[in-house]
Amino acid sequence: MRRRGAQLLLHTALLALAVGALLPLLWMVAASFMPAGTASVAPPPLLPHHPTTANYRLLFASQGMGRYFANSLCLALLCTLFSLLCNSLAGFAFAKLRFRGREALLRVLLAALVIPSQVAMMPLFLMMKWLGFVNTYAGVVVPAAASIFGVFLVRQYALSIPDELLEAARIDGAGEGRIFLRIVLPVLRPILVTLAIFTFLASWNDFLWPLIVLTDQSMYTLPVALATVSREHGQDNELMMAGAVLTVLPILALFLALQRYYLRGILMGSVKG
Amino acid sequence: MRTSLAGWLFAAPALAIIGVFFFVPVLGALAVSLTDFDLYALADIRNLRFVGLENYRHLMHSRDFWRALGNTSYFVVLAVPLSLLTSLAAALLVNSRLARWPALFRTACFAPVVATAVAVALVWRYLLHTRYGLLNWALGGLGVHPIDWLGDPHWAMPAIVLFAVWKNFGYNMIILIAALQAIPEDLYEAARLDGAGPWQELRRVTLPMLRPTLALVTILTVAGYFQLFAEPFVMTQGGPLQSTMSVLYLMYEEGFKYWNLGTASAVAFLLFLIVLVLTTLQMRFLRRAEAA
Repeated sequence: MRRRGAQLLLHTALLALAVGALLPLLWMVAASFMPAGTASVAPPPLLPHHPTTANYRLLFASQGMGRYFANSLCLALLCTLFSLLCNSLAGFAFAKLRFRGREALLRVLLAALVIPSQVAMMPLFLMMKWLGFVNTYAGVVVPAAASIFGVFLVRQYALSIPDELLEAARIDGAGEGRIFLRIVLPVLRPILVTLAIFTFLASWNDFLWPLIVLTDQSMYTLPVALATVSREHGQDNELMMAGAVLTVLPILALFLALQRYYLRGILMGSVKG
Repeated sequence: MRTSLAGWLFAAPALAIIGVFFFVPVLGALAVSLTDFDLYALADIRNLRFVGLENYRHLMHSRDFWRALGNTSYFVVLAVPLSLLTSLAAALLVNSRLARWPALFRTACFAPVVATAVAVALVWRYLLHTRYGLLNWALGGLGVHPIDWLGDPHWAMPAIVLFAVWKNFGYNMIILIAALQAIPEDLYEAARLDGAGPWQELRRVTLPMLRPTLALVTILTVAGYFQLFAEPFVMTQGGPLQSTMSVLYLMYEEGFKYWNLGTASAVAFLLFLIVLVLTTLQMRFLRRAEAA
């Protein structure tokens, strides 16, 4: 009987925790379907009495939401693609290929992990301006095309590839490029999925750098657009909630689909970092 | 040697990107922080002057900088313990032997972590609304008078803390769950044989075994929370009365609103130094505690 009581108590606490975590997100979805102005009453309504998609239609018709959505998607996909390419090559090289200066470079990269990215932002902006990358996709994608975190993530995983496997291929006369494509990439697949979802999420959710480097409204990503629109339309609860749903839902769906890979990345990053 | 060349070629793209777009700007920031780089220099580089440590001296005497540092520290001091306690409680609950559907609860707690900060900060702005917000409505049910969360200088930062705890506790929860699962089961069996109840199991076995992980997540959380920016930018715009102006927000305003890139770089470097010193101190303290 005591066990019964403990179990009841435990699940009450768990349920309260889950409701606390999810309620703001559920309310966001509910409010996004409320007709303009009906969310701002006391007491606050939990569900729309007359559900409407007017907020969503208004966002696309008059606020250019389609454009922001396309910007966010293109940038996240491009960042992911380049990050996979550069980081997998380098991660493998640092794990399995011998070259001069490898250990010293590793130490420098590891030490540099403590430098927060904001330190680089002012000169980086000047560089982007000089290169003509301000207000272009390149301004966001190029600096994100490789990262110390990404290199180390792939390296940790690639260390487990047996050397005999690579040696055997070399004896058979395969070149390093061919070995990478045929042998290494298939083995690295799980960690590359982890890296991909990490990069995609980071790019989709990033705020400060896009806010700085994308100066024209037509180039804005969803978070930057949301922050800007909210300064004008702060009172339009329902409209802003629809914008928040469009920003959050795709990324939540992606996370749910690839959850296992994402959580692995967190554990590798924290335990080994 | 063939692999030597191949190694360099494979590492080259990533190293070039990291070198050019991270290491060069970091060193550049140090250089820029020693100049009076402003709008005039942006228009014509010949207007640039070397000013030595003037930017740093100016910041040391700037009330705005100290206020931003004070606000950020206040945020860190409130939000770090609250976040860690919530993460620990959530991890213990989800990982409990009696818990059903642990994966489901774990996912629910993690959802706020992946949600876009700017978007959910907007949601919270409405949840915290004085008259129409769910929070005040719920508190009203308990007999608490409505609080002007984001409009009152005393309450704005605690409101942002509340939001940050909600947004981030799932992250450390995941790390703590993994650490809990790594504790050998026979330790608990031995404790039970010695007649330990659940409370003593927690105090004598679980918490001591979690200590290294708890220390690690504390260090990471402190470093992360010092970079407070998107939350006040969206929820309060640094106000009211600059009560939520963070160091990073100050850097953004100096750099990209007033185009004082020299001062902004100095702010960024000072923040980096503060976090570096704090991290080093915590690690030293940790090592000493473990040696003892």
